[in-house]
Amino acid sequence: MAQRLPLIIFALVMALIPLVPGIPPFWIVLLDNIGLAALVAMGLVLLTGVGGLTSFGQAAFCGFGAYTTAVLTTAYGVSPWVTLPASLLVSGIAAVLLGIVTVRLSGHYLPLGTIAWGIGLFYLFSKLEFLGRNDGISGIPPLSIGSFRMLSPDTIYYAIWIAVLLCALLTMNLLDSRTGRAIRALRRGHIAAEAFGVQTPRAKLLVFIYAAVLAGLSGWLYAHFQRAANPTPFGAQAGIEYLFIAVVGGAGYVWGAVLGAGIVVILKEVLQSYLPYIFGGQSQLETIVFGIMLVLLLQLAPSGVWPWLMSLLPFKPSRKTPNTSIKLEHPTRASGSSPVLLQIDKARKQFGGVTAVNDVSFDVNAREIVALIGPNGAGKSTTFNLITGVLTATSGKISVLGKEVENAPPQEVVKLGVSRTFQHVKLVPDMTVLENVAIGAHLRGSAGAVASMLRLDRAEEARLLAEAARQIARVGLSDQIDQLAGSLSLGQQRIVEIARALCVDPMLLLLDEPAAGLRHMEKQRLATLLRQLRDGGMSVLLVEHDMGFVMDLADRIVVLDFGTKIAEGTPAAIKRNPDVIKAYLGAAA
Amino acid sequence: MNTTILLFLLQDGITNGAVYALLGLALVLVFAVTRVILIPQGEFVTYGALSYAMLATGQVPGTVQLAVAMGIVAFGLDLFFARKALRARLVMRSAALNIVFPVALLVVTYKVAGPTTPMAVNIALALLIVAAIGLFLYRIAFQPIAHTSVLVLLIASVGCHLALQGLGLVFFGAEGLRGPALSNAALTVGPLRFTGQSLAVYGLTVAFIVGLWLFFGYTRMGKALRATAVNRLGARLVGIRTTLSGQIAFLLASVIGAISGILIVPITTLYYDTGFLIGLKGFIAAIIGGLVSYPLTAVAAILVGIVEAFSSFYASNFKEVIVFTLILPVLVLRSLAAPAVEEEKD
Repeated sequence: MAQRLPLIIFALVMALIPLVPGIPPFWIVLLDNIGLAALVAMGLVLLTGVGGLTSFGQAAFCGFGAYTTAVLTTAYGVSPWVTLPASLLVSGIAAVLLGIVTVRLSGHYLPLGTIAWGIGLFYLFSKLEFLGRNDGISGIPPLSIGSFRMLSPDTIYYAIWIAVLLCALLTMNLLDSRTGRAIRALRRGHIAAEAFGVQTPRAKLLVFIYAAVLAGLSGWLYAHFQRAANPTPFGAQAGIEYLFIAVVGGAGYVWGAVLGAGIVVILKEVLQSYLPYIFGGQSQLETIVFGIMLVLLLQLAPSGVWPWLMSLLPFKPSRKTPNTSIKLEHPTRASGSSPVLLQIDKARKQFGGVTAVNDVSFDVNAREIVALIGPNGAGKSTTFNLITGVLTATSGKISVLGKEVENAPPQEVVKLGVSRTFQHVKLVPDMTVLENVAIGAHLRGSAGAVASMLRLDRAEEARLLAEAARQIARVGLSDQIDQLAGSLSLGQQRIVEIARALCVDPMLLLLDEPAAGLRHMEKQRLATLLRQLRDGGMSVLLVEHDMGFVMDLADRIVVLDFGTKIAEGTPAAIKRNPDVIKAYLGAAA
Repeated sequence: MNTTILLFLLQDGITNGAVYALLGLALVLVFAVTRVILIPQGEFVTYGALSYAMLATGQVPGTVQLAVAMGIVAFGLDLFFARKALRARLVMRSAALNIVFPVALLVVTYKVAGPTTPMAVNIALALLIVAAIGLFLYRIAFQPIAHTSVLVLLIASVGCHLALQGLGLVFFGAEGLRGPALSNAALTVGPLRFTGQSLAVYGLTVAFIVGLWLFFGYTRMGKALRATAVNRLGARLVGIRTTLSGQIAFLLASVIGAISGILIVPITTLYYDTGFLIGLKGFIAAIIGGLVSYPLTAVAAILVGIVEAFSSFYASNFKEVIVFTLILPVLVLRSLAAPAVEEEKD
């Protein structure tokens, strides 16, 4: 309840504002506009700040919402409440269509693509006959409940702000869930998320639709607030302005959207009404000052005003520690016929003319620690990527428990009980250790976005977090559980990756240079942990350069050189193998 | 449709496309070096064009005062950031660039401006003014946040666009202006008439493409700029002054923008806010070129120009819709063709 307290206070304050005697009606209009902008910006927070997908086209989705209700209510006399789902549906469908095309775009193409269709749609709105061309549609009926008609700004005020608060709540619930973690992982690239079963294209489309529906809701409210719709507020300029709001407020924070909307709307209003007094009616002066202030604001607080304000707070919001006594069931997996856990048969990977992995074959048996060693560029990480489906093999066979994997994507490979860590740590730095590790348990939950928004996922969520906390304890990082992953040392981050991989409850653990960056004691602790895991029934395949560590730990060693397997055997045999010595020390040795 | 119309539309499209190509090149250049998506590129176009048009009528454009004002701010920033280690040489250099240069420009402009000033002088003045503005813009708005994300840079870029466009209205008024043609010569080939102006457009576009290609491929400075683009920190570690790279990129972009403006202002009337749309079309070309390739950008720009010419002939109402949705299929194709590389961005 204590976590909800600021929200309840905020809601109460907002509810009381219009009742303050003598409050200028103009302030209420401003607050209405802030609410409308905050709704769109909230979608952008999720899409851009959290998901890393920059969109300039959100204003167009407002347009879909507004025009849907405008056409339905004026031309067909449909009640505004009936058009609400229609507006949301139309914006949602538009988002699906545009999203399928746009979300696939990688890197900088994405924002640019959204600018393009944003402008295209604006011109479409202003040219279509049935949308009233440039003049738009007027005479839209107001919202009404029974005989109570929301004609004035202070009556629709409640509709707008109830929508804002509800959406903020739903969005925060969504972010603090299994789906939310998947969305938050998107910004740091897709490989790590996919390695734990996140369907990244689907997650991207989800946030895209969610943001569009929020914008559609804002458009619907706008149409009934203005009682008219014309193309201007849905153009590229507006789309850019929404992005401003999100960035100024703090693009990763739901309340940043509300704060940013407040700052931008009020700033524009103040500039518009007071600048002419100061400078004597110079036209467009407010755009100049607005532009300059924006640049200034970004220079002072590049990550937005909200996080800056939060850092000024004397107390830090406390986090709940998960109750580790809640059990999470083991995932059910098809039991294989073969005693060999992982079988690699003549796997080959060519990049153009370079053969990175050259017909490599080896097995990993149950309860075994196998090390893959070799000089730099020997093809070790590429082999890992072939096993986990990040890369597809040019030829050859990879089987798990006797079943051929057949170039399955990473999301399928992890379902077989194979999980991994990365040579270059791929954690989400602004998520806590607990949240990062919980991504590993993604496939062991099933709650979807809607269930998360409505908090129907709490029992499952508690189980997932409990499992994550147990694995963190297992690797010995319980003290750091609430720290941001980015604040840990590189060695600790590698250990966090191991905990995340353990959350899959794997049969086979693939570790890419787990000991790099660890101190001597930490290495020993890691070796002990890996032995425990093996004795508990797990197999480990690791790539490592620390020979002391490998020779001590591994049951068997596979040596690669220039993509080719040159030796395989027990540590003692490998140490004496002339080919291995030659590969590491050169011919003269 | 007969051949004459076809040829005419093609010619029109190619002339516009060449201008878009110039702008697209500038956008690619700036993005590659500084990661800034330069929305104010359109303002460089209008500033160049309208300053030139005003100078041609004998008036002093307000842009030159803006250059002085921005220079003073830039000098202030230089002093502020170097406050821990203020060396005389540094201060002198900064003062020369940020104070002496724009003030000299102001004095010269006031001295020579008149109805009889030779065209070449007007062009030179307009280019110098916009170049100064471009340079100072980077120093003031982008250099302090050069390390932040593409998104923040983009928003800052939009802020600059708003401010500069608003200032454009103050300087040039709401009415459009046209400038005198660079040359009145004309050349007739079959049914087509090539004006000296359009030939100048083609010639300069080709010259810039070749020039940039040579600059980036074969000069030390060009290579340094590319290194900055790939890895700022790495570039700094090997002794490249990354702020200088950014300034050079902005300088080149503003000059290219101003030249495009001067090239088109005799052909069409420009308003203070026309630049945005022109810039956006250059932008589309740049996007199609993937923000990396100069020749591809140039080809794409000509394509955009031709599509625009044809759609304004057949469906003038939906001209912009067609031009702006044109890039979606291209983008999809590009991202399908691009290998699935991991983006480690923030």
